[in-house]
Amino acid sequence: MTNHWNDLQFADVLMVIGANPAENHPISFRWISKALEKGGKLISVDPRYTRTSQMANVYGQLRSGTDIAFIGGMINYVLENELYHKEYVAHYTNAAYIVADTYKFEDGMFSGYDEATRKYDQSQWAFKTDEEGNVLTDPTLTDPNCVYQLMKKHYARYDIDTVVGVTGTDKDTYLDICKTYGSTGEVGKAGTILYAMGGTQHTVGTQNIRAYAILQLLLGNIGIAGGGVNALRGESNVQGSTDFGLLYHNVPGYMEVPTGSEGDSTYQGFLERITPTSGYWVNKPKFYTSMLKSFYGDNATVDNEFGYHFMPKIAPGKDYSFMRLFDAMHRKELEGLILFGSNPVVGGPNSFKEQAAMANLKWMVAVDLFETETSAFWQKEAGNDPASVQTEVIFLPACSSFEKEGSVTNSGRWMQYRWQGIAPKGESRADLEITHMLARRLKELYKNESTPAAKQINALYWNYGDDDHPDIELVCKDINGYDWKTKKQIQSFGDLQDDGSTTAGCWIYTGFYPENENLAKRRDNTNEGMSNFLNWSFAWPANRRILYNRASADLNGKAWSKERVGIEWNAQEGKWTGYDIPDFVATKGPDDPTFNDPFIMMAGGKGAIYAASKLNEGPFPEHYEPYENPISNAFSSVQLNPAVQFGEEEMNAKGEADKYPIVATTYRLSEHWQSGAMTRNVPWLAELVNHMFIEISEELAKEKGIKEKDKVIVATARGEIEAYAMITKRFKPYKLKEKTVHHIGMPWHFGYKGIATGATANRLTPHIGCANSTIPEYKAFLCDVRRV
Amino acid sequence: MEVNVTRRQFLKLSGAVAATLAVVELGFDEKSVKAQSEEFKIAKLTPTPTICPYCSVGCGILVYANEDDVVYTEGDPDHPINEGTLCSKGTTVRQVYTSEKRVTKPMYRAPGSSKWEEVDWDFALDKVAKNIKETRDKTFMEKENGITVNRTDAIAYLGGAALDNEECHLLQKLFRAGLGLSYIEHQARI
Repeated sequence: MTNHWNDLQFADVLMVIGANPAENHPISFRWISKALEKGGKLISVDPRYTRTSQMANVYGQLRSGTDIAFIGGMINYVLENELYHKEYVAHYTNAAYIVADTYKFEDGMFSGYDEATRKYDQSQWAFKTDEEGNVLTDPTLTDPNCVYQLMKKHYARYDIDTVVGVTGTDKDTYLDICKTYGSTGEVGKAGTILYAMGGTQHTVGTQNIRAYAILQLLLGNIGIAGGGVNALRGESNVQGSTDFGLLYHNVPGYMEVPTGSEGDSTYQGFLERITPTSGYWVNKPKFYTSMLKSFYGDNATVDNEFGYHFMPKIAPGKDYSFMRLFDAMHRKELEGLILFGSNPVVGGPNSFKEQAAMANLKWMVAVDLFETETSAFWQKEAGNDPASVQTEVIFLPACSSFEKEGSVTNSGRWMQYRWQGIAPKGESRADLEITHMLARRLKELYKNESTPAAKQINALYWNYGDDDHPDIELVCKDINGYDWKTKKQIQSFGDLQDDGSTTAGCWIYTGFYPENENLAKRRDNTNEGMSNFLNWSFAWPANRRILYNRASADLNGKAWSKERVGIEWNAQEGKWTGYDIPDFVATKGPDDPTFNDPFIMMAGGKGAIYAASKLNEGPFPEHYEPYENPISNAFSSVQLNPAVQFGEEEMNAKGEADKYPIVATTYRLSEHWQSGAMTRNVPWLAELVNHMFIEISEELAKEKGIKEKDKVIVATARGEIEAYAMITKRFKPYKLKEKTVHHIGMPWHFGYKGIATGATANRLTPHIGCANSTIPEYKAFLCDVRRV
Repeated sequence: MEVNVTRRQFLKLSGAVAATLAVVELGFDEKSVKAQSEEFKIAKLTPTPTICPYCSVGCGILVYANEDDVVYTEGDPDHPINEGTLCSKGTTVRQVYTSEKRVTKPMYRAPGSSKWEEVDWDFALDKVAKNIKETRDKTFMEKENGITVNRTDAIAYLGGAALDNEECHLLQKLFRAGLGLSYIEHQARI
C-alpha cells in the first residue's frame, strides 16, 4: 500500500476493484465504513456481487480479465471531460515528457516486437533527450509526441460502448462510476483504489495495476491522505517476505540479483548496470555493499569486491519463477525441495500437474504446523501409490506465531512486533530456530572442506549465537545494520556507506532499530493527526506512513486541502513539517530546482503515466483477452498479451470456448485462508464452512438443470473437480457485444487434509501468468459445468 | 529495556513465558466484578500482545496463556487498526495452538514407504543437512561460460509469507548467500 489501513477513512471515493475487503480483510472495512459515515462513496467492481458490493453505493459487474478495458475507459472519460487535476498532472507526472519518434502503436502492438522471442525492444519506447541526455518536455502538453497526447490518443479508443461490450458492465452504471470516481480529480478531493489478487492474477496483471496508477496520477490521488494505490495483501507477512527478497529476482530491499553475464562478472560492472544516474536509487551501491557486508562479514573486503563473487549468479535470461520451478521439477532438473509454510498442491496453478512433478524429487523438506497436502503428496489419499514414489520426505514441526517472537509487516508497511505468549507446542520449534539449527549443521559439515561449494557457505557470516537457540536481538541488529568497527547500530539508511564500513541486511528497514530501541515494539497509540500513529510500531521506509507525501502539497509546498495535510513546507523553520515523515529531503525548499519533483525514487522525480522501458508489453496498459477467453478482442486483432511467455507444454493444456464456454474465477472466504492449512485444521472454522462449493447463477443452473446442493462437476482442459452447487443471484450472465457468457466462481482453500476437506480448485487453473510478474492467471479461465 | 505500558493494560512484553502478576482492568464495573474475579480463568494472567497471523491488516490480539495452555485470546483494544475487534479467523486463533491436528514431532517418510515415522530433531536435521550437502556438492557450478556463478539449480526453496521478518532474513541469507540457490520463491509470486 502507498497508504495504510487507518488512512482509508479520509477518502471521498473508494474504488474496490479485484478485491473484497468486507470478506477477505474484514477489519479493514471499519475504516471504509468510517469514510462512508463521513459522506464518502464506495464503488465495487467485481465479477461477483460480493459483500463489499453489498455495502457499496455503486456496483459495477465486470467480466474477469477486463480491468484494462474498464480503467482505460475511465481514463478516457477523465481526459475527455477534463476531470483530471491539471496542476498535478503537468508538474508532478511525466505527462510533459516527449517520447522518441521510434514509439509506435498500431492494432494492439507497440513498436519493436520480436515474434520469435515474444519480446519487445523496449529502447524504442524511450524518451527523447537532448545531447546531454536531458529529457525534452513540453509543459503546454500539446506536442503530439508528449506523454499526455500519446495517452489521450491511446485511450480515445476506449469509448464507453466498446468498453461495456467487453466488460459486460451495465452502461448507465459504468457512466455513474466514471463520473463518481472522476470527481476526485477536483483539487482537494481524494480517491483511493483498493485491489488484491483479482487485479494481479492475470496474464496482464502488472498492467492492470499500472492502469490503476495512471488513473490515480491523473486525478492527483497519489501521496495524499485518502488516496493511493493500495494492494490488500493476503498474508500476514507477505509484505515482509517480499521486502526480504524471498524471490529469485530480488535480494532484500528490491535490488537486483547478479547474473552470470559478462557485464556482471565484476562488482563494479554489476553496480553500473543496476544503478541509475538520477533519483534516490543512485545510492544503491551503498545499500548493496552494506548488504554484502551483512552476508559475509570479515569475508567481505575491498580486495574481494566485498564478497560479491560468493553470491550466486543466476543464468542470464533464465526464468526461475514459481511456475518455471515446477516446469524444472517436471523435467527432473530438481533433486530437492525445501518448503517453509508453503502448500503448492492446493495453492499452485494446475496443481495436479505440480503434485505429479513432486514425485521426481529425490527429497523434500516440509516445515509446517500441520500435515499439508504437499507434505503428504506421496500418500494414497493424494491419488498416489506410495510404493512408487521414491521421494524421501522430512517433516519439521513449526510453532505458531504466538509461540515465538518476531515482527511482521502488514499491508500498510507497519512492522509490528509479536511477543511470545506461550512455549512452542510439543516439540515444535520456531522457523527462526529451525533455520539456525540447519545453518549450524551445514557449516559444521563443510568446515574442513575447501571446494567452491564449501567456500561459499564457509564465508557466510552467521553470528546469532553458539547454540541451537538463536538470539533474535542479533538478527534484528543484522537487519537494521551497524557500523562494522564500533558495532553501533545505524540510525538511518542515509548513513550507509559503500566502502564496507557499514552493514544492512535489508536497507529499507534500516532505522527500525537505532541504538537501544526496536521501534517495531512501540505501542503508543496516540493519534497525533491524520491517524498516522507515528509512534505505533515502525513503517518502512524511515517510518513514513504515506509514500510520495510531497505530492500532498501544491507547487508552493502548501497542502492541496486543509482537511488532508500530509507535509507542508515550513518557511520559518526551513523544512517540511506536518503529520508524517517527509518522503522528500526534509530541508529542500522552493529555491531548489527539484522542489516540485515528488517521486524521489524515479529518475526525474515525476510520476510515471508513461513507463518508458520498464514493462514487458508496453508503456501504456492495453487490453488483451485472458489466455482462455470466450470472445475475440474488441480493441485489436491481438488476442493474448504478446509478451506472455509459455512454459513447459505438458504443464499447460489450453481449453477453447467451444468445449469450455463458461468463464470461471477463484476467490476467498472469510472463514478460510489461503491453502487452508491454518483454517481447515481449526475446528470452529472448519465447522463454519466445511464443504467445497461452486457458485453459479440462477440462469446457468436453469440451463443445466442444476438444483441447490446438487453435486456438480467442473471441467477444464487441466482436469475435473466435484463439488456442491450453490445457486446465487451474485453471478449474472454477461451480455457482451458478441454473445451472452456465463460466469462462475469458487473458493480455492480446499484439499484432502484437515478437518474440513474438499476438492482443490487449482486443479482447474491454467499454468500461465503475467508477462512481468509471472503471477498465474488464476482469476480468468474457461470451464464447463455438469451435474454428477 | 524500558517497557511502554499502555493506557488500558499491563502487557507481557518480554520473551519470558511464565505468568507474572499484573493488574488487568476489565472493561466493565470493577466493583461488581471484583468479587467474582477469582473465577475468571484469565484474571491472574498477563496478556501478551501479538499480531494476527492470517491476512495483512495486522490486527492486534492479546494472548492469555498459562504454562500449559492458551486460555483465551481477544482483540487488542489498544491497537489502532482493529481497536479490539476481530474477524472470524482472528477470533479463533487460539485453536491454532489447541488443534489436535498440530504436528508436534519431526516425521520421516522413507522412499517408497506408505507411512510417516516419528523421529527426533537430530535425526531429522542431520538428514536434511546431508541431503542438501549431497545434492549441492554434486550440482554446484563454480563457473559457467568462464564466469564465476557459485550456484546450484538443483535445489528449490518455497515459502515465507506467513513467517516473521527475522525468519525471512535468515532464510534468504542462508539459502541464497550461503548455499547458492537460484530457485528461491514464495507466495508473493502466486
